[in-house]
Amino acid sequence: MTSENIDGGKALIRALEKEGVEVMFGLPGGAILPVYDPIIDSTIRHILVRHEQGAGHMAQGYAQATGKPGVAMVTSGPAATNIVTPLCDAYLDSTPLVVITGQVPLAAIGTDAFQECDTTGITMGVTKHNFLVKDAQDVPRIVKEAFHIATTGRPGPVLIDLPKDIVDPNNPRSELYWVDNPEMDLPGYKPEKKIDLSGIEKAVELIQSSERPVFYVGGGILKARAAEALRELVEITGIHVVTTLMARGAFPDSHELCLGMPGMHGNYTAVTSMQKADLLVALGARFDDRVTGKVDGFAPDAKIIHVDIDPAEIGKVRKPDVAINGDCRLVIEAMVDLLRQQDAIQMDRSEWKSTISGWQERFPLTYEDSEPGSRLKPQYVLEQLRDLTPADTIVASGVGQHQMWTSQYWNFDYPYTWINSGGLGTMGFSIPAAIGAKVGNPDRMVWAVDGDGCFQMTAQELVTATVENIPIKVALLNNSYLGMVRQWQDMFYDERFSEVFLSDDVPNYKAWAESMGCVGIRVDSPEEVPEAIAKANEIEDRSVVIDFRTAPEEHVYPMVPAGKDNSSIVVPPSQESQER
Amino acid sequence: MKKTQANYTILVITVENKFGVLARVSGLFSRRGVNIKSLAVAPTDKAEFSRITVDLDIELESVSLDQIINQLDKLINVVEIRALDPAESVERELMIVTVEAEASQRDELVDHLDKVGGKVLNIGTESMMLSLVETSSVIDDFESFLSDYGIVELQRTGRVALDSL
Repeated sequence: MTSENIDGGKALIRALEKEGVEVMFGLPGGAILPVYDPIIDSTIRHILVRHEQGAGHMAQGYAQATGKPGVAMVTSGPAATNIVTPLCDAYLDSTPLVVITGQVPLAAIGTDAFQECDTTGITMGVTKHNFLVKDAQDVPRIVKEAFHIATTGRPGPVLIDLPKDIVDPNNPRSELYWVDNPEMDLPGYKPEKKIDLSGIEKAVELIQSSERPVFYVGGGILKARAAEALRELVEITGIHVVTTLMARGAFPDSHELCLGMPGMHGNYTAVTSMQKADLLVALGARFDDRVTGKVDGFAPDAKIIHVDIDPAEIGKVRKPDVAINGDCRLVIEAMVDLLRQQDAIQMDRSEWKSTISGWQERFPLTYEDSEPGSRLKPQYVLEQLRDLTPADTIVASGVGQHQMWTSQYWNFDYPYTWINSGGLGTMGFSIPAAIGAKVGNPDRMVWAVDGDGCFQMTAQELVTATVENIPIKVALLNNSYLGMVRQWQDMFYDERFSEVFLSDDVPNYKAWAESMGCVGIRVDSPEEVPEAIAKANEIEDRSVVIDFRTAPEEHVYPMVPAGKDNSSIVVPPSQESQER
Repeated sequence: MKKTQANYTILVITVENKFGVLARVSGLFSRRGVNIKSLAVAPTDKAEFSRITVDLDIELESVSLDQIINQLDKLINVVEIRALDPAESVERELMIVTVEAEASQRDELVDHLDKVGGKVLNIGTESMMLSLVETSSVIDDFESFLSDYGIVELQRTGRVALDSL
């Protein structure tokens, strides 16, 4: 590219192209208008959303499924506030995003101008970093810095707030001299960590001498592209693995050493093996309260090895015995190297292994089949969906009971096939996230598993899917209730159901789906389930919504009640008499 | 990251000298529910950096101190951060104060001011303006001595500190 004078709007789009951006999600408006003109001539595909929150979650779904940073662009004021939820969601789940917001002209900032809001102030606490551009000449450098910050170290969302005069070619303030390779100016940002080899040695020593070790694997493994390295580590040590909600797929569920998901709705074996372990090797995991339960009672006999790229995570919740600050993949590879050099005799762990398989036999995930004529069991629907879709299907979920059941009942054998809102727990995440994932993987099948409460929050993005030709499939587990809240009221509020009933018959999801250009299917009985899924799988030219009418009284089990330690895990009624 | 021995904690933060950086730093304290006792900010010998001295009037547990240091260090504009050990640093604070002082009271007042090394900045008909550069504890004592006279207006800068030689 040549050196020349151009305006800030063109420079922004050119800088995005130089970063390799292929697609962006957005919705134009007054302050960002000048940037929407050069988009017409750009190689970047712009996907026009129906709500700015949708743009943010689509960018997240794209980023989580591809590993590339997701890009969204919206205007100032209400558009900026609408995208705060995805920013916060991406911040908590360490998803690399670059979000561009329009802003009123520099001279109008602070005057309560039309559609003005303090975007950088509002988003300070929910972004890894944000920028307010005050000089058009800074545009290329700031874009480069934004992508660098979003994608290195612990990834996260970065916001660029762009005043209109900086990007408006009719305003002299927008002129800049284009430079191809602006130099970044980030003296305080040093994401590369030198790995402490003595920590690796201590960790390997602890691993070798432990009797009841468990690898506690978090989303950091996926961020570090460390799934392969992890598999090697697991196989040479023969140690069991739990994969947190953020790490589902980081280690294959069908592997004999995989124990599945721990935590509040983790399976009995995953929860209990951590609780009884003498060593937890936390790899890119952050001891979230949904995993630990009551912290004081969490894994009381376990020594802790904590590997994380973010020094602020180490010791935040639980003081580790060995702390290793660094990239998970590099740390695991160093561990593997060291283990290979040693001929150390491993501890005899046969007793621990048989304890684990005993739990697996006595406490599998289970549910009762539905009675004839009554509503579907959500677990049954998910088992069918799991068995009737390709193994590399990408599944995006909303938040609530359906999310927990999907994580429990799906068989995740590939990394980056599970897209969900873990930290923030954003209802309505699944449909836009599935659309973003599909944009990044047009040849893969993408299913959104959604609840009826969630669906009503973001379903309008199915219009986007239709118009932009991004065919996804939606399995709507429709129990007419805000199911997870209902479950808590059932268990902890004397079955007093307060404001959780939505409706049995409105909206008409089939008709709603059809009105948005999708195929709508309603399924009431178990026999219809496989047929409906098969039909949906065959439809490739548009999105499909299947309204599965599921049972509202169904609970997610097991469950560790909030505030209790993980030994208080509640199993399904049919397993209550089992020996713990 | 040293654990402080005194009943206060001094953090010294080198930041990029840009708009909004102070808000990021102070915002992190407020989001973590930590009260800042005093804050001093000024450019360093390099114009592109500012030095922030934060005085927390509590002795943080070493775990929470490490935590807040690590979180501040994650701010992109923070170039360097560390806790100063009060036992191994030299600290000073500046106070300027206007105090009620009739002509008859001034000798005693100035006598005391001389003992602590303060200066008279201004003399009015019924009041005097004084300044004192000292450690915060000496300033605390002098301030309570002045309160018997009647303090009209007072400003303290909060601690600034450097490592001992």
